[in-house]
Formats: sequence, structure tokens, C-alpha cells
Amino acid sequence: MNSFIANDGAFASVRQPSSRPSIWNVLGRWAFIMPLIVLNLIVIIIPSIFGLLLAFTDWSGYGPINFIGTANFTKLFQDKIFFQSLTHNLVWTAFFLTIPIAVGLLGAYLLSSIRRGQMFFRIAYFLPYVIASVVNAQLWRQLLHPRVGIGPLLAQQGITFLDFPIFGTRETSLMGVAFVDAWHFWGFLVILYLSAMAAVDVELYEVARLDGATRFQQFRYVTLPSIRPTLVFTILMITIWSSLVFDYVYIMTNGGPANSSEVMGTYLYQHAFDRFDVGYAASIGVMMSLWAMIAVAGFVILRRRGWDI
Amino acid sequence: MLKKQRVQSSLPNYIVLTILALFALVPIFILFINSVKSTVEIGKNPIGFPQEILWENFPNAWEKGGYADTVRNSVILVSSTIVGSLTIAGLAAYALARLKLRGSGLIAFYFLVGTSVPPQLFMVPLFVMWRQVGLINTHLGLIIIYCGLYSPFATYLLRSYMVGLPEEFIEAARIDGASNMQVFTKIIMPLSWPGFMTAGLVIGLNVWNEFLFALTFLQDPTYKPIATSLFAFQGRFSRDWGLTSAGSVIMVLPVIILFLLLQRRFIEGLTAGGLKG
Repeated sequence: MNSFIANDGAFASVRQPSSRPSIWNVLGRWAFIMPLIVLNLIVIIIPSIFGLLLAFTDWSGYGPINFIGTANFTKLFQDKIFFQSLTHNLVWTAFFLTIPIAVGLLGAYLLSSIRRGQMFFRIAYFLPYVIASVVNAQLWRQLLHPRVGIGPLLAQQGITFLDFPIFGTRETSLMGVAFVDAWHFWGFLVILYLSAMAAVDVELYEVARLDGATRFQQFRYVTLPSIRPTLVFTILMITIWSSLVFDYVYIMTNGGPANSSEVMGTYLYQHAFDRFDVGYAASIGVMMSLWAMIAVAGFVILRRRGWDI
Repeated sequence: MLKKQRVQSSLPNYIVLTILALFALVPIFILFINSVKSTVEIGKNPIGFPQEILWENFPNAWEKGGYADTVRNSVILVSSTIVGSLTIAGLAAYALARLKLRGSGLIAFYFLVGTSVPPQLFMVPLFVMWRQVGLINTHLGLIIIYCGLYSPFATYLLRSYMVGLPEEFIEAARIDGASNMQVFTKIIMPLSWPGFMTAGLVIGLNVWNEFLFALTFLQDPTYKPIATSLFAFQGRFSRDWGLTSAGSVIMVLPVIILFLLLQRRFIEGLTAGGLKG
């Protein structure tokens, strides 16, 4: 979704020397790109502006639209469940920025140093990423089910830590869902890091080895700095996506039990389509956009400051 | 000496890599073996091989899940979105890569902003707009949305293919008097077909798996694609694990087969675009 951020130079036009073209010629050229622009205006840009405006109304989705100023936001800042959801999004981000990235780096680093079977491992790790959220959710709901899952099976061997309804317990529902989403996602990171590591100059490793660097030191002082642009890019993507999370939460727990896994995405959906509180839902949408804007702004500022990212 | 050392030192690598591979593959494998077990057997034996293979789960799930309709709905959505978004993106990518457009920097900025907007911000107003013009519960309505969502990604991918094409072919065609459109259909499209194929696969996969927009814009069961109808099916038969596992396998099997056949293209396309899967 956000590849354009890392590559915003990519659309720079390819200029060729030429004489001044006629107006019809110019219009003819623009005609090629018009369908894309019009479609994006209709599907994304105009409704987004509409969404921003609705955040300042009490519209139910039907009937007249009343502007109520910032009342929705005042309500939002006093809404305990919204803050709970926001916190869950933050927890989600913290989780995704640590464990999946660590496992992704580990997998990619080990994979980059082997020759045989690299293709097999790449396919194996990537496979969960192409499987639909509905299927992954179903699969893990069964595996971690308190009656027909691996929990009771392990309990027979005396290992009881999984023998309870993970998705139905307040303390574990959010992390349970995050685990399932991460299980489907980490292989994607392996492939991204692997292709970045493949571009690292082999001589740097040779030099490090001659200096007596251990494998971990090679990773820390050669690999990590070399793949920094990719690493930072994935951090940005994960930060933005963590504010948008919807599928896995909606499918597996629908935010429950008792809002213990509620995130902004599901809370917004509930207001828009179950409670017909479109204005309030729009204000949650604005908060989610702010999150993405802050992440992108941080990225741009760091780059302006001369970080090579 | 050096070689021997390398072989020895790579053994721990393989051990860790294999553990990670098992972590990724075993759950999928269990889904497959559970799809041919009875629900009673899954209760007693949740992860082992079946004692008795129950193929009937598949026709049962197909029947009870209404798969004849949902697969048809998904195929309509997937194929129309691929054709629509590749047409739109192909033309735009050609203009950005090959025609001298003033203000294409502005377009780049527009994409930057337009593709960073959370779907949750524009989805609700879009729903209202679509309701006004009667596009809720129609395939066309969702196809237009998918084309809007995925064509920027396809444009980005196709543009990078088209920039690399040799200029001589295009010049030669222009000297022969070909118009921009003729250059596009006769030269650019045939030469950048790998890009079209990669973009098409990624878009197809995304539409097949897509949940949020399908859930919102197609609420009538007759129009539901496979993802949201499987969700409803899982809800209706939530205790019948064998049946719902078979239902999941029906959805996922074509994806896995296609992925194994064309994994290079899938991986290339999915990692290039950064589309959320």
C-alpha cells in the first residue's frame, strides 16, 4: 500500500528533448492517465474528504447532516473504549515491531548463508502470506481451541499452558489474534530482508572475518547497517498497518471478550455499521489517518535530516 | 579445509531454518488432514493423521457452503478486477514511463497521499455514495472499488517494467507513423507482459482473499464471494470442524497450487508493491 513512500522519486518523469508539442498532443497524452486519476478520485480521494467532513457531524447515515463542530472528538477523548482500542493498536505495533522483525531477520540471515535448499525455505516461509485471513483464522481457532485443539492434547502430557480458551480470555485475546496475524506475516519479512541481504557486498564479510568478527558481530556490524533502508521501510509499513488492523480481530474475536481485543478498526466498523453513528465512526477514521500521517512525517523528517533511509 | 568448516558450520543454520519451516507449514498441513476427518475424530485426535479418510466433507462443504455460487462470484470479481485495473494501470504506466507529461511529479505526490489513506477513512462515505447510485450488493460496485484500490500498485509495477524497455523499438514504430495508442498496444504491451502477469497475479490473489470491502459492500448472500461466505459458513457450522476445514481447503487449494507453480512471480510482485495481505 505504501511502496510509493519509499520510492517517491520513482515517478519522476522521463524527460526527453523535444520541440513544443501541440495542445492536442498534450491532451492526448494526458488521456492515458485520466482513467486512473478519475477512478482514484471517485474511490479514494473524494470519499476521504467526505470522511474528514463527516467527522464534524452527528450524521447517522440517513437524513439531514448537522455540523456539530468538534463534539465527536471531545467525546472520543473521553471514550474509555476508544482509548482501550488505541492502546491495543499500540501494543499490536510494539509486538509486530519486535518479534516478527526479529524472526524475519533471523530467518533471512540464516537463509542468506546457505546454498542448498534456499528455494524450498523461501517458499515454505512465504506460503502463509498468500493464504486468506478467513482461512488462517479458522485454522488457528481450531488448533488453539480449548476442546478440539492442541491445548488439551498437551495437557494430557502435563503441559497445561495452552489448555484454556486463548481467544475467549480477556488477558490473552489480543495477543492471541496478534500471534495468528504475525504467523501469516513474518515470512514476508524474511523475503524482503533476504533480497536486501543479497545485495550486501561479500567483501565486507571477508574483511570482518579477517578481523576475527563472530557471526553475530558480522550480522550486527555488516548486515544490519547494509540493509537499513529496507529495515526502516518495513518498520514504517508495520507502524501504518498496525493502525489499520481489522480482518483478524473481526474474524477471530470481533473485539471481545468485553473489548479486550478491540482495535480502532473494529471499533470504527461497529459504530458505522451496527450503531449507525457515522459521524463518530468518521472521527475514529480521522484518528487512524493521523497515526499514518505521523508515521510518514517521522519517516520524511529522518530522511531530510540526512538519514540514509 | 575451508569447505569442510563451512559444511559443519551450516548445520545449525539448517536446524533453525527447518524449525521455522515446520512452524510455517505444519499448521497448513494440519488444516489439510483435518479436512478429511470427522468432527468426532478431530475432537479425539486434533493434529494426527486420520484413522478413516472422510472425503465426503468436500461435497458436503461445497453443497452447504453454496460454493457453486460463491466461487462463481469470486471468479467474476477476480477476472473483472484484473482486466479493469490492468487496462487502467497499463495506460497510466505507459504515460508516466514513456510520454513526456508535465506535472507527473504532482501525480507521484497524489499517489503518495492517495495510497496512504486508511481504507477505514473513506470506506463509510464510499458506502453512502454507492448506496445513492445503487451499487451496493452489485459485483460492478465492488469491481470499481477494487480497480481503484489496486490500480496504483499495478501502475507502479508496470511503470518500472516499461521504463526499462529499449527506446529503439518505440522510435522505429513512431517513424512508421504509429500513434501513441498503437505504440502502446503493438510494442509496449507485448514487451512488458511479464509485468502485466505479475501485477495480474497479485491483484487476483488480493481480490480472492479480500475481506473488509467484500464484507461491507456485498451483504446479500447471493453475491458474496468465497472469503465472506466462508466466514458466514464457519459461523453457521462452528462446531463442525471437519466440514469447515474442508470449506477452507476449497478456498485455499487453488491459491497454493498457483503459488507453487508461479512462486517467483508471486514473491516478486507481492514484495515490490507492499500491498497489505
